[in-house]
Amino acid sequence: MRFARYLPVIAAAALVVLLQVALSAADATYYMTQLTMSTYYVLVVIGLCLLMGYAGQVSLGHAGFFAIGGYTSAVLTTCNLVAWRDTAVIGGCRSLGLVVERQDLYGHTILCFSAWPAFFAAMLAAGLIAVLIGLPVIRLKGHYLAMATLGFGLIIYRIVLGAKWFGQADGISNVPPFPLFAGLQVNGRPAFRVENYYIAWTVVLAAMVLAINLVHSRVGRALRSIHQDEEAAHSLGVNTYRYKVCTFVFSALLAAAGGVLLTHYNGSIGPSEATVLKSVRYVAIVAVGGMGNLWGVLLMGMLLNFLSLRGVFGTYDDAVFGGILIGIMLFAPQGLLRAPAWRRVLHWLPGRRHG
Amino acid sequence: MAEPLLATRHLHRFFGGLCAVKDVNLEVPRGVIKAVIGPNGAGKTTLFNLIAGTIAPHKGEVLFEGRPITAWKPHAIAGLGIARTFQTTRLFGHMTVLENVMVGRHPRTRCGFLAGMLDLPQAWREERESKAKALAILEDMGLREYAHQQASYLPFGRQRLVEFARALATEPALLLLDEPAAGLNIYETRELAGLILRICERGVTCLVVDHDMSLVMDISDEVFVLDQGRKIAEGPPRQIQRDPEVIRVYLGDDCAPDPQS
Repeated sequence: MRFARYLPVIAAAALVVLLQVALSAADATYYMTQLTMSTYYVLVVIGLCLLMGYAGQVSLGHAGFFAIGGYTSAVLTTCNLVAWRDTAVIGGCRSLGLVVERQDLYGHTILCFSAWPAFFAAMLAAGLIAVLIGLPVIRLKGHYLAMATLGFGLIIYRIVLGAKWFGQADGISNVPPFPLFAGLQVNGRPAFRVENYYIAWTVVLAAMVLAINLVHSRVGRALRSIHQDEEAAHSLGVNTYRYKVCTFVFSALLAAAGGVLLTHYNGSIGPSEATVLKSVRYVAIVAVGGMGNLWGVLLMGMLLNFLSLRGVFGTYDDAVFGGILIGIMLFAPQGLLRAPAWRRVLHWLPGRRHG
Repeated sequence: MAEPLLATRHLHRFFGGLCAVKDVNLEVPRGVIKAVIGPNGAGKTTLFNLIAGTIAPHKGEVLFEGRPITAWKPHAIAGLGIARTFQTTRLFGHMTVLENVMVGRHPRTRCGFLAGMLDLPQAWREERESKAKALAILEDMGLREYAHQQASYLPFGRQRLVEFARALATEPALLLLDEPAAGLNIYETRELAGLILRICERGVTCLVVDHDMSLVMDISDEVFVLDQGRKIAEGPPRQIQRDPEVIRVYLGDDCAPDPQS
């Protein structure tokens, strides 16, 4: 019985393989690039789904955490430590493999952090900032929480846009690939397309398994109880504040992981990743997927990000997501993947109105 | 003299200029059913919230088993063994009856985020035990058949029972019942009275708040009467029923202006 919850994971994995086989057969593997990128964005919305749909707390600052992850990793793997080559710390890091030599874009030899330590540093930075922001902010409710997280998102955006370290409006490019293990690497070049498609899906399905287990656990039940009646949950021994902060931090870590991986995949990151419009987009995706519906959110996250990355929405990209948000709130507050939603949409179509 | 399970000492709570609870010294001995009664606005629910940790007192202290728990957070108080129900039933409407009761197991279980996410064997074991305990409680209260129904679909009277079951799942030493008979019909009220007596027989001390005398006079061992935030009488139900001050408060008196009404 308990393994029934993993059946959708197996089904999803089968679909992933099927899609790859079909794309390869049709000689259209270039679609996989956008699919891989969408998959990393899906990591953000999985975390946000736990936060919004289960714990019932909104965040308009998750693009900020994505950017913290991506930028931290980008800075550490592109900075040049040559000037400190002879110091004991750098020497020690080199012997441990934390700092490596590589060629930059122009053929110069530079000394910078390797990808794994950068990854852990990025997660640590995102985690710490999430704790520091979460502790005071998660006490707020509803609109107040939304505004406070919005403020956080704006600050991160202005910092990456303004600071020289973060490349200002240009962002950071020439971020090296991320060698994982056993020769696998997060690398956006066409030769690595299929490999990276599978790497991304492995990461996302693993995150999915963690999230599914969580929502079926004691903690998941406590989160849902907080969402429905915080005072009652509190009176039953649920430490509501702690659970909300923990979920906030966990969702921030997922967003940061998505940021790190996508940055290595693209080889660059720019301030557009940190904009509030991105945060709104994540919230819109969670809303379309159906707040507390992890699979719905995954599906809509893939679909909408893929269409957006393919340029289907053209210059109206962000407007489309705003429109989606309005539409969902009006017609299907429970998300698109539920029968009542469809009935309501059909009801509004011309000729289907009941007199 | 045995130490009371719960005691409040000189408890005060103000709302703006209004003193909702004024110098209340309440003692609840172990194993009894004690009732707090008083007209609307007497400060009963405020007193309850002070004990349950929902709000903090401005003066005075709350002792549980002789140990100060003043201004502890509700979750910590629940962990100590004080459970409560609410004046208006507050179930988790979108969850099943069983899940509601399983939330009540929270203070008696421990698996956290990591154990839950990784689905560790200890999480399974705990989950299985929680479920068995919750089902046993539902069975005992005659709610077994509703276990897998969504809580909000149950009739009102049943919802109240589920709230009881949920509070009992925390294995409390003290159960705080805030107007348990509100909105119930005579038949349901009688059923509820039997239930409270049964709970008490199993060693759970009950503190019942109600402004309706009929329920509390039948079941309680001691009655504590509040009016305008302060105690006006205390004693066994028979004596309270004859107390001139209580009668004055309940039946009205032109000489007793009520600033809170």
